[in-house]
Amino acid sequence: MTTAIGARSAPDALTTVTGLPDHADHSAGRSRRRDRRIGSHVFLVILAIYFLVPIWWLFVASTKSTSGLFSSPAFWFDDPAQFFANVQGLFTHQGGIYWRWLGNSFLYAFVGGSGATVLAILAGYGFAKYRFRGRGAVFGVILGSIMVPLTALVVPTFMLLSQYGLINTPWAVILPSLLSPFGVYLMRVYTQDAVPDEMLEAARIDGAGEWRTFFQVALPLLKPAIVTVLLLSIVGTWNNFFLPLAVLTDSQLLPVTVGLNRWTALSNAGAGGEQVWNLITSGAFISVVPLILSFLFLQRYWQGGLAIGSVK
Amino acid sequence: MTTTTVAAPTPRDVRPPRRGASLERRRQRIGWLFVTPFLVVFAGFLVFPLAYAFGMSLFTSTLATGTRFTGAANYVKAFTDPLFLEGLLRVAAYALVMIPAQLIVALAAALVLDTLATRLSQLSRLLIFAPYAIPVVIGALMWSFLYSPRFGPAGTLFDVVGLPTPDFLASDTVFGSLVNIVTWQWSGYYMIVIYAALRSIDPAIYEAARIDGANGWQTALRIKVPMISSSMVMVVTFALIGTLQFFTEPVVLRNVAQGAIDAAYTPNMYAFSLAFSYSQFNYASTIAFSLGILVFAGSYVFLFLTRKQSGLK
Repeated sequence: MTTAIGARSAPDALTTVTGLPDHADHSAGRSRRRDRRIGSHVFLVILAIYFLVPIWWLFVASTKSTSGLFSSPAFWFDDPAQFFANVQGLFTHQGGIYWRWLGNSFLYAFVGGSGATVLAILAGYGFAKYRFRGRGAVFGVILGSIMVPLTALVVPTFMLLSQYGLINTPWAVILPSLLSPFGVYLMRVYTQDAVPDEMLEAARIDGAGEWRTFFQVALPLLKPAIVTVLLLSIVGTWNNFFLPLAVLTDSQLLPVTVGLNRWTALSNAGAGGEQVWNLITSGAFISVVPLILSFLFLQRYWQGGLAIGSVK
Repeated sequence: MTTTTVAAPTPRDVRPPRRGASLERRRQRIGWLFVTPFLVVFAGFLVFPLAYAFGMSLFTSTLATGTRFTGAANYVKAFTDPLFLEGLLRVAAYALVMIPAQLIVALAAALVLDTLATRLSQLSRLLIFAPYAIPVVIGALMWSFLYSPRFGPAGTLFDVVGLPTPDFLASDTVFGSLVNIVTWQWSGYYMIVIYAALRSIDPAIYEAARIDGANGWQTALRIKVPMISSSMVMVVTFALIGTLQFFTEPVVLRNVAQGAIDAAYTPNMYAFSLAFSYSQFNYASTIAFSLGILVFAGSYVFLFLTRKQSGLK
């Protein structure tokens, strides 16, 4: 695809080498531009299909029974009504533990993500708008820590948490999730530009205290960054696999990611009664719906927000 | 990296000298109040675990002798341990293939999207991004189904063409299979970051380029790409940090490809199995800490080499 576009623009390149773009040839230029637009669209559609196909497969597979998964065409429906039987299966298999896992994922992601966001907003605002001694050094350390791989912390975090008896409690997942140095960085960069110092000064002169200035003047201006950091940290916690895998063994506490992986491992191990492929596919499908929907509805916030850290 | 942000001047107004001094102290205190909650978590879940891991790595624990201080012995062992070194080489190889793959897909898609404003292009943008909203575990599970010789569509597809079905989960093909999963999962996110950076360029520049006779292809490569180099540096840094701590995808794929992916496939998997299968916490800490230092050093060197492009000094 790329080569086709390249080949098509080669004549253009030739004309410009002469330094004299061909203005006379208007109609040819226009049709060439239209060709290129068609080429671009074809390229995009091919990419979109590549990214969509596995999701489509999951959707189709969630409506199949285990035997249907083996026997029917992979990308088309077998008996769509089976979806309801699968959902029912999720309620009965191991006492409906799947819904408990889904609930756990929501709890961890929501509490961890919101907590991380609140901490990032406060710290980002503090770093951006107050000049206190040690600010540069502390912020430098935080920036550097973005490059520390968080998974390298899992084993030591496990050992620390086990000393305080927090292993196999929700806190073992939630507390480490509160850490988001990148969130602090994003909030600081955004606050610096979005909240003018003059505005804060004006509020102070009008007699507003520091907290009131923060809540009523600064916070409303930070909305796009807040939504972005919130989404990023919720996705981060929801995605988390290594940490819960290490710190949780009680199956009642698992998030849906670790739970489904456990079902897959058991199903692959092959014991007949443990083969729940249909529950894995429908469970996986149901678990991705909420996040996809929230990204869809919050589009206008995160699409701009994701560039905060990178646009200077 | 730090100095730019630190040196950023904060305009301060002129204040009356005496009242100003106490006000300044109060402001200092309030500044600290804002950042303290984060710093507590930072100390508790980053600084302390790192220090703890380093401390653990200096000791060796055996049944016969108990726990005793052995200094750098664990590090000597780690950097001569073929399992750890092979894992490191493997993630380095993944980084060399996977990061360019993701960057090329993301950049090409973003550049094409930037020239279009149609419904179809907006829909494509969302679809390309969609895998980011799917947890990595679920993404890897989906692909492990698709790769599977039992359920996968590959058998049917290759039968139609009359070719033998390749085994995506054999030891010589699993590399490519994992590269595909990661590219599928992350390219869309990087595309959005690059696309947003492209949208922030002043269109007047394109007009100037067009008048100078640049075509679309030249505008893309000579104007757009250099102007968004800071966001590309950010994308590569994140991809680098992510790849070197490769864990979830190989762990999930190991369910179906035990033969091709061993328990020490990546350094993180090695640390995990040392800690949780063999209870060798001291040595696991050594591996984790060494990996942390190497990733930190690697990304630092990368940022240093690209400091001109990224605008960070």
